Formats: sequence, structure tokens, C-alpha cells
Amino acid sequence: MSLLKEPDLGTPARPGPATVSIEVDGLPVTVPEGTSVMRAAALCGIDVPKLCATDSLEAFGSCRLCLVEIDGRRGTPASCTTPVTDGMRVRTQTPKLEKLRQGVMELYISDHPLDCLTCSANGDCELQDMSGAVGLRQVRYGYDGANHRDEKTDTSNPYFDFEASKCISCSRCVRACGEVQGTFALTIEGRGFESKVSAGGTDFMSSECVSCGACVQACPTATLQEKSVIQLGMPSRSVITTCAYCGVGCSFKAELRGAELVRMVPYKDGGANEGHSCVKGRFAFGYATHPDRVLTPMVRARITDEWQPVDWDTAIAFTAAKLRDIQTRHGVAAIGGITSSRTTNEEVYVVQKMIRAAFGNNNVDTCARVCHSPTGYGLKQTFGTSAGTQDFRSVAESDVIMVIGANPTDGHPVFASRMKRRLREGAQLIVIDPRRIDLVRSPHIEARHHLQLAPGTNVAIVNALAHVVLTEGLVDRTFVDERCEDFDDWAEFIACAENSPEAVEELTGVPAEEVRAAARLFATGGNGAIYYGLGVTEHSQGSTMVMGMANLAMATGNIGREGVGVNPLRGQNNVQGSCDMGSFPHELPGYRHVSDDVVRGVFENMWGSTLQAEPGLRIPNMFDAAIDGSFRALYVQGEDIAQSDPNIKHVHAALAALELVVVQDLFLNETAKFAHVFLPGTSFLEKDGTFTNAERRINRVRPVMAPKTGKHEWQIVAEIAQAMGYPMHYDSSSQIMDEIAALTPTFAGVSFEKLDKLGSVQWPCNDNAPEGTPIMHRDGFVRGRGRFVQTPFVPTRERSTRKYPLILTTGRILSQYNVGAQTRRTANVAWHPEDVLEIHPHDAEVRGIRDGDEVMLTSRVGATSLRAVLADRMPVGVVYTTFHHPVTGANVVTTENSDWATNCPEYKVTAVQVGLTSPAMAG
Amino acid sequence: MSPQVRMINDIAVQFRHQGLDTAAAAIAEHVRAFWDPRMRAELLRRVDAEPESLDPLALAAALLLTSP
Repeated sequence: MSLLKEPDLGTPARPGPATVSIEVDGLPVTVPEGTSVMRAAALCGIDVPKLCATDSLEAFGSCRLCLVEIDGRRGTPASCTTPVTDGMRVRTQTPKLEKLRQGVMELYISDHPLDCLTCSANGDCELQDMSGAVGLRQVRYGYDGANHRDEKTDTSNPYFDFEASKCISCSRCVRACGEVQGTFALTIEGRGFESKVSAGGTDFMSSECVSCGACVQACPTATLQEKSVIQLGMPSRSVITTCAYCGVGCSFKAELRGAELVRMVPYKDGGANEGHSCVKGRFAFGYATHPDRVLTPMVRARITDEWQPVDWDTAIAFTAAKLRDIQTRHGVAAIGGITSSRTTNEEVYVVQKMIRAAFGNNNVDTCARVCHSPTGYGLKQTFGTSAGTQDFRSVAESDVIMVIGANPTDGHPVFASRMKRRLREGAQLIVIDPRRIDLVRSPHIEARHHLQLAPGTNVAIVNALAHVVLTEGLVDRTFVDERCEDFDDWAEFIACAENSPEAVEELTGVPAEEVRAAARLFATGGNGAIYYGLGVTEHSQGSTMVMGMANLAMATGNIGREGVGVNPLRGQNNVQGSCDMGSFPHELPGYRHVSDDVVRGVFENMWGSTLQAEPGLRIPNMFDAAIDGSFRALYVQGEDIAQSDPNIKHVHAALAALELVVVQDLFLNETAKFAHVFLPGTSFLEKDGTFTNAERRINRVRPVMAPKTGKHEWQIVAEIAQAMGYPMHYDSSSQIMDEIAALTPTFAGVSFEKLDKLGSVQWPCNDNAPEGTPIMHRDGFVRGRGRFVQTPFVPTRERSTRKYPLILTTGRILSQYNVGAQTRRTANVAWHPEDVLEIHPHDAEVRGIRDGDEVMLTSRVGATSLRAVLADRMPVGVVYTTFHHPVTGANVVTTENSDWATNCPEYKVTAVQVGLTSPAMAG
Repeated sequence: MSPQVRMINDIAVQFRHQGLDTAAAAIAEHVRAFWDPRMRAELLRRVDAEPESLDPLALAAALLLTSP
């Protein structure tokens, strides 16, 4: 489509049932109470001139351009700050208004560089547009007086420039930074003529700016402009698609000039992000065209050989023949594959179908194994569905927000902005995390309670919270009696003294009174919502903790309406989708067990293949089976298991033991070092399909450009299946979704046509909910009654000792993503060029470590070296690092311990020792 | 310790509060639902070869796997 310029109604919508009718320039319009005159005018097709107003921000009333006349009122009020009243009659164009606006514009233009023809915003400049709109023909004040035209340009940010000479001090950028992003990095410095936008008195790169791009988007001139636009020129067409980074699933307009992607602009109608973005989605898309990308298939007989580029037919025939040969020699179950949460639902679906129908076994797993598999298990046991309960928008109705084991400002920044907005409005915050994450205290945000627990003690804390709720009579008995089961057994268990805050205080390190206060607040503070991340799941009791949180939500009646719920924040873009599509070895698409004869029969009929009724191998089981010799070939799509999975030495040994490793990816990653076949994949800009985000929202991923490899990934998979003798053909990705919809009850109503019409839908989407289901379990749980499950605390076997006295916990940072394969190939490295070890100053001091020293991190299974950063946000005894850089290979130290129910690795608890790499370096 | 023994021992501790019979049945059900047949077979080999390596509850559950 041509460049999509979204309408700007000037001020935000004011939802509400009450309406007000007014007349604008003789046209009648009825709008919700509280709507501004400017927005009412826009809704009846009349654009009032404006500069400081935009509908993503509250009205500010500073530019004096949107003046109107209102019958019965004196003066010329600003239409952006004037709410409608019933019967109001407004005039937006009169000779008086025209004269006033021209006078205002004259003042603006007299202090603006008139380089429109060479300006990077030419054609996309609101100052330019407004000059035309108000009919400006002359500037009486001349251009020689005091002005700002010599102000310096700040080019420090890798993605955008701040050209101060073009700033009109409208404050849109400052307000966007505060209201939308919630960072408050920008301010107006000085007063009167001296007032200017400032990044805290420093340049943008050195400031608190998180490069979300909200300021750039809000800027009406070329003051804040993407470097890509400055370099390439204005884009001329847009494609609406979905970000391929985290599980928030932001919608973007990919704006192109010819075939070249110029910029990604967050889409206001995007259900998940509503016009907001973060540094990754907004700017870090350069990896898609990075020269490191491999675009030609390659094969080799041994991993010590050089790669041989081949054509697609050769690569597919080679792969299929090798897989069949291994099955002939070692049995049908000797091969398997891993689907990717970075690929589309359709791509995941065809891979698991290939494995089940063409390979003839259930040896399929997904990277969700190592992040959110406990979510699937725990929520299915308690609620009956393997997904979060709310949409993101719901947080606006929360009164008490509990964040457990998640760092949303780094991991899920666009959702974090929504959450912070609600917190600024007065919602209370409880943070449960060993680290003092940014949310604990940041501008205009302060957690009421930070339960700074020892790593590995989540279950003890959630049980203690529930103990207080139960023993202090705070249970919502009406909810429990009407909607839940097994409460009495659970109540007997949770009431035991061993679950009291006092009993677990020494173990968790959290003062009992603090736990009691947090529990009381959560139970009595209104709508209580739980948001959690991998700090919950990646433990040996991850599934227990998920069930513990579900128990707490049910006991307090916080399920089934806006503002409550149990909400997993998913790591990768399509974690939810990859699970929905049947990537687990025991479940067919739609979370139905492979042993269910009826369900299996439906798939067998549709697929024309006999399916196995027994579960297959999970990823860690595949590694073990590779080492014991019963598993010989692995197909890996879009995952770098050699870097991302725990105990790297073990993973490498398993990969090296395999006869055939097939890697389908964008880059020659760490896993590809063990591969015999490399099948180049497509970036999100080339994909045609859908992603499902953490709120079950199915979003369209539209091809911005043709696949650079010449084939869609689903085509490659289908061709391998066919070469193995299993007929599999699709004409389009849409056809694959139609098959998914035909086989998966929760997707029954989903089609590309519906998604194009509605923008997105949240599953279940079927006859009962034809436009999707934003909030789950409204009238009853998916499993009928919500089930209370007893969750005894079982400590991890990983313990700190004199030899390994510290506990390592791992996580992400805002600018990098997962194993860094994408973000390391962008300018985001400017913020995080290497993994570092955060250590409390006390722990550092006793080891003679100073900030910036190279240190050795050692666990029972391995060692690596990295730079130490002293950080008092760490508690004493706990160290932290990221796993974004293969040179560090943080997972060389993480253990094989895993969640008892799902084998999700215990990344968050590793006993380690830290010491200077070389004593000489201490000097 | 084999991965299968380690895993079933980990599962067993989580079900201990349920009492022997209930817990053993639940553990066996869990293993049937989530484990590949070769893992179950390997577990049973370990039961024969080194029963002492299994938690008593895990052993009780494993024995249930031998019956249909």
C-alpha cells in the first residue's frame, strides 16, 4: 500500500457511555463526555490547525494554533484543552482566528531554518503543513533577530539525530517520553526564549533515554529524525506487520522507499502496543539485511569439512535421504526436530507436522521448553488452559500489580510502559525479585513492597503470601465456592505453620512482616494482577510456582475480569504460538494429548498418516538420547541451542554425537558449527503468516519483501517431507492457517481474511467468540472449576557452598535479545557490547574485585571470564549476567537441573564462585 | 545417576505430600503422559539394576509403569 499516514485526532479518546452533542462549523457530532473540541471537530472531518497536540498525548495547550470561537464564550479558547459541553456551537475558521493563527505561525517561522527543500522532513513536517493550513504568506518580523538557528545537532544516538535548530519547543517529545514511555529522560530546560528540549543536560546517548523512539514519532518537525530517513529519504509505502522480538507482539508500519526498508513506525491500531515501541522493534531491524546472513543452502559430510553451497533441490534431497537412511539403520524414533518461537505459527505447524507425519514420531519440541513450559503445565493444571488470562490493555484496570521474576522495563518494555502509566495513576506495586529491578524505584514509580527473596525460594514466598490470605480471613469465599474445587485440601495444606512468613523468613531472606503486608495489600487492594517471567519458570520448581500463583489468584478472586489475572510475559515473539501449534512432544496442536485416540484420529484423517500415540523426546531428553546413541539426527529451526541451552559442554557433546544436524536459520550460529546441512531461513520482513503474542493475540506478519533465499520456510519443510515420501504441499501460508483452524478448536474462526478485517484476534476464536477472547475464564474456568493444587516447597538441589558461595541468576537487558543473533548485528551493541557480571560491592570487595575488572565465573560444570560491574541493585551473595554474547557463553556454567514437571532448565539458580582472572590484573 | 532416575526422583519429591498410593499413581501417570517410551524403558532397566538409586516413592511409581 502507499504510505499509510494514520489520522491524528489531536487528543486522546475518552471512552465512556455518556455522550455529548455539539455542532462544529454547522456540522452536528456526538462524542463521549470529556472529549476535546479538537477531537470532536476531527471526528466530523474538520482538522483544526495544531502543533503541540497529537492524539497519543494529553492536551498541552501551548502552541496557540488550535484556537476556536465558541458561541456564548469570550475569547478564543484552545480547542485541544476545551472539553465539549452539550449544545456547544463551535467555529473553527473565522477571519479573527485566521489572523491570530497567522500571527502565531509568523513567530514560529521567524525562528526556524527555512531549508525546506533540503530538510529531511520535507513532505512530512507539521510545521510546513500548518504554514499552509493557516495561509501564511509573509513573516513581518524578519529573520535577523535573536534566534536558535545555530543550535548544535546532537548525533550521539545511533538511530536518530536531535537537530536543535529546528525545535519549536512544543514539548511533544518531552511529553511522549513521560506519558507514553514513562522514562522522563527529556525536559524543557530554561525559560522563555531560553527554553529548550534537553536530555537531562547531556547528550541523548549519555542520558536516561531508552531509545524507544516515542519522541521521534511525536516530533512535528525534523528536530528528532531517524538517521535512516536522513540518509535514505522519506519512505513512500507501508506494510503493516508484527515485530519479531519479544512476546509483546507490537504492530508496526514497515515504511519503504522502493524495495528498501527505511524505518519501522509503531502502528496506532496495533492491539498490543497501540502506537508505542521499544529500541529493538523500532530501530534494530538491520540484522535482516546484514551481510552475515547466509542465503544459499549448504551441506557437508563432516563438521570438520568446509561448507559446500548447493541449490535447494540438492539440499532438500540430501537432507531427506540422510534422515531416511538414519531411520532405516536406527529406527523411526532416532530422529527429531525443534521448532522455533521466532518463526510464524504456520512455519511451526508445518515443522511439527513433518516430524509427526513424515518422520513418524513425536520427537518434536520447541524453545519454549527452556522458558515457559512450566506456564503451560501449571496453568493447564489449575485453570485448564496453557496461556495467560488477560490482554495487555487490562493492566489499566489493575489496582495492585504483582511482578514476580520479571523485569518488564528490559524484557517487555512496551508492556512496561503501559504498566508504569497505571502505576503513575495510583496502582500499587509489589515486586518479588532478588534484584532491585528498575521498577522498584524509577521516576514517578516506587514499589510499595519489594520482596527481595533469595534465588530459588519463589514457592516458599507464594505459599507464605497465600498462608496470610487464608489465615487472616482474606479469602474471597464467594469466588472460591462458586468457581473452584479442591479448596479445602489446599487450605489445610497452606494453613500449616511451615508455610507462614515467619517460618520461611530465614530461608527466603524476606522479613515476615513485609510478606504479610504484601499479602494483605494484594488481597484487599482491589483488582490484583500477577505478571511474571522466567524468574518464575526457570527453576526446578517452576511448574509448582505457576500453580502457586494460580492458587493465590483464585483464593483472592482475581480471575475472570479486567485488571486481574495470571499473566506470563513471554520471551520470544511467538512462544505462545509455537506452543499452540503442537510443538510439545506429548501434545498435538491445541494442547491435546497424543494418546487421545479421537483427537489423533482427526489429525490422521486430515494428514493421511498414522500418528504415534506415545510422547516423544523433549529437548534435554534428545541430548541425553544423542549421547546414549538412540537418537541420531536433529532438525533445528531458528534456535541456537549450542548457546542458549544450559550446561553447554553437555549440549556440545550431544550435538557432536549426532550423525546429522540440520540447521535452518538466518546466520551460521553456534549450533551450525555442529551442522551438516544449513538451510537459510527468512527474516520477519520476508515472512507471510501469523505470530501469537503473550496475550494470545494472533497478529499478521506480512511480507515486506520477497524471501531473500528464494523460498518461504514452510515451502522448504514441505519439500523435505515430500522428499521423504510424505505428500505435503501448500500453495500459501493462508492455506496452512485454514488447516490449523480446521484442526484446532480454539482457532476455529481464525483466517487471514478475518485477521486482515479485524487487525488481530485473541484465541479462543470460534463460534462462541467470533472476534476472539481478550479475557479468559470470565464465567467459568476452561476446565470447568478452577483447581487448587497443593504446592509444597522443595528446595533446589543446587546449593551454595564454601567452594561456590554465590548464586548466579541470568536474564536479559533492554538493548539485546536472547542469544544476540539479531541485536548483535545492529547498532544496539552501542549500549551492550558484551555480557558483564553484576556483583554487589561487598562481594566484590572481599574478592579484591574492582569495577571493570576481568573476572572468572566458575560453577560445578564450567567456567567463563567476563568483566565485573559493581551494582548495589544486586543483593549480597547473588551475581547476575546476560547470555547475549557467544564469546561469554554464560550457559557454560549453568547446570542440568530442571523443573520437575517440564524439564525447563534452572537457569536462575547456579552456585558459583567469582575471582579475578589473574591477580596481576588487580593492580 | 541416569537422567531418568534423576528426573523421577525430582518428580517424587513434589508428590510426597499426597501419601504413598496416591502419589505413586500420580507420578506414574505423569511419566506416562510426558516421557518417551525409551525413557520409560531405561527407567525400568534402572529399577532392575539399581533400585537403591530410586527414591522409594519413585520406585513405587516405576513399578506401576510395568503394569498396564
